[in-house]
Amino acid sequence: MSSSINIKKSVIDTLLAGLLSLIVFGPVIGILLDGYDFTTRPSLLLTMVAIVMVGRFAISLFVQSEKGQMMLYKHQNNDDGVIVLPPGHKSKMVYIVPIAIIIGLVAPFVATKYILTVLILGLIYVLLGLGLNIVVGLAGLLDLGFVGFYAIGAYGLSLGYQYLGFGFWSMLPLAAIMAAVAGAILGFPVLRMHGDYLAIVTLGFGEIIRLILTNWTSFTGGPNGVYAPLPTLFGLEFERRAKQGGTPFHEFFNLPYDSGLKYVFIYLSLFMVVCAVLYIKHRLVKMPIGRAWEALREDEIACRSLGLNHVLIKLSAFMMGASTGGLAGVFFATYQGFVNPTSFTFFESALILAIVVLGGLGSTVGVVIAAFVLTVTPEMLREVADFRVLIFGLLMVVMMIWRPRGLVRITRTGFAVRKGVA
Amino acid sequence: MDIVLQQLVNGLTLGSVYGLIAVGYTMVYGIIGMINFAHGDVYMVSAYITAIVLALLSFFGIHSFPVVILFTLLLTIIITGVYGWTIERVAYRPLRNSTRLAPLISAIGMSLILQNYVQIAQGARSQGVPTLLDGTLRMHIGDGYVQLTYMKVFILVAAFSGMGILTYIIQKTTLGRMCRATQQDRKMASILGINTDRIISYVFVIGAAMAALAGVLITLDYGSFDFFVGFVIGVKAFTAAVLGGIGSLPGAMLGGVILGLAESLFSGLVNTDYKDVFAFGLLVTILIFRPSGLLGKPAVEKV
Repeated sequence: MSSSINIKKSVIDTLLAGLLSLIVFGPVIGILLDGYDFTTRPSLLLTMVAIVMVGRFAISLFVQSEKGQMMLYKHQNNDDGVIVLPPGHKSKMVYIVPIAIIIGLVAPFVATKYILTVLILGLIYVLLGLGLNIVVGLAGLLDLGFVGFYAIGAYGLSLGYQYLGFGFWSMLPLAAIMAAVAGAILGFPVLRMHGDYLAIVTLGFGEIIRLILTNWTSFTGGPNGVYAPLPTLFGLEFERRAKQGGTPFHEFFNLPYDSGLKYVFIYLSLFMVVCAVLYIKHRLVKMPIGRAWEALREDEIACRSLGLNHVLIKLSAFMMGASTGGLAGVFFATYQGFVNPTSFTFFESALILAIVVLGGLGSTVGVVIAAFVLTVTPEMLREVADFRVLIFGLLMVVMMIWRPRGLVRITRTGFAVRKGVA
Repeated sequence: MDIVLQQLVNGLTLGSVYGLIAVGYTMVYGIIGMINFAHGDVYMVSAYITAIVLALLSFFGIHSFPVVILFTLLLTIIITGVYGWTIERVAYRPLRNSTRLAPLISAIGMSLILQNYVQIAQGARSQGVPTLLDGTLRMHIGDGYVQLTYMKVFILVAAFSGMGILTYIIQKTTLGRMCRATQQDRKMASILGINTDRIISYVFVIGAAMAALAGVLITLDYGSFDFFVGFVIGVKAFTAAVLGGIGSLPGAMLGGVILGLAESLFSGLVNTDYKDVFAFGLLVTILIFRPSGLLGKPAVEKV
């Protein structure tokens, strides 16, 4: 490990990178197709090549410096599943959680309608991220068809209302159960499969669901979608005129009609559900089943050798994850008031995966933060909205190279033998 | 009768192209044991490069079919090959010793990057290429007839020659021998003096080149494409690779042809709307009941 910097090597690396980027970017960025004709964009192409060259030079220099060598060394030797904290460690979450809950409860009454809708979207993705995090982060099963469960929840509400007359509250648990059953149906055949095959099969599953929703026009409404019912509170509705045969909320309480009221209600019920899911997840990872998920992620063969039933572990991970996805789907349908298949493409699965990867595989806090960052930022900054998929992709690649376990690592308080026992 | 025959002819051309793309999946899987999720998008990029090269050639006033097709194939294959090399270098090599999940996720990231990059650079609307080869071959059978455009004949010839050249490279040349050695046992191959990292790069380049050949052929035949075409065709080519037995080169080609035939027959005789569902369903079924495919070796789990 030498600490001297070899400038010649860096320059050669940089020139090679420049040449490559010229070939790679040349046709696609340098030439803009316009029908069967084209226009050229040499300045844009040169800018891109220059960016690549400067970046390559900087990385090359940094890796050769002492600090870079240190980082490489640390990077190669830092692959523990969890960080074990010293026994008796007091988490700061004891203070953060109540504050977060209070802020979350007060937010809808001070926020504008627009901010509220953005927050609802963020919370829906928190739910999705938590669901996928059980499957990918805890159990280590790469599920690329998670959007299928989301679709089952959303269409469950809409179609359940249309054909069976079920409302929001009856469909909420039913959709979770339906999604869990779908998770089990998907889980059974893929039990024997490993990483890559599992990923492809789940991807196929998600696509099959979307294609059926698109093509079975007579039942699902096809590409036109279906309407979803609005939520009710003990039979009171949140619209100007009651449509589902109840009394409007504002008439019952003699309040002036406010269209934002329904969002306040959706937000609050969603917030409750998110808190409940967070709590359940928090408890689950400490229970034997949660430990078993993590053991399966780290080493399946060792896990089975120790007598853990891998069938049960995988199925339970799939079902738990799927039911959370189903819940998110119900809220999504209610929030939009309308669902169609375009909301459930592979991009959505990729976005949820990006949330989990960025937040940290298995980490709860990380997923909550990542969900808000990845959904609220493009909403707020419209200029970056076009680049959002590109950013997700870059995030996934960079995170896997730099920090494959995510930004927030899982920590666990260690146990110590009580004094006087040993 | 003539419908079945027509669908068989269509399926054969479609299947030969699936086979070309499946080769990329199967070779990468054979050598590093993971799915190259970005492979479908490499195909998509090659479709764009085809259109760009065609536009350039017509700008320089080159219109004779053999010259145009030669240049298009050559340039598209080279540039797409560089894409393959870059993808391996950026998204796979740094993760060579990482956990199993990491290269998968970074490959999905790479696929998203390619799609969005092309979308931003070239716009979201679908693009087109002019028709280069006109004319149809028509064979009368009984009351009906089976027709085959010259373009489809060209696809069949080009695809099967491409597969032939690849088989020759893998079976007869030193490079091919090194590829096979690396595939069988990477550590042993590197002990014997093979630069396995470089061989892995070559495999990505070869895969990308075959995808580029498929990209040129399909683009010239269909005439239109957008930044999203790589996804569905990628999954189908992967299905073909799994059907034939992943890791097996002849298996990928056979799987491609079988899938192409099955899909054409299904969409011609049963239902066109559900032909993608059929392909995905077939994939899931094979993976459940015969994960080693038709020609693959059953995977033995080593402890």
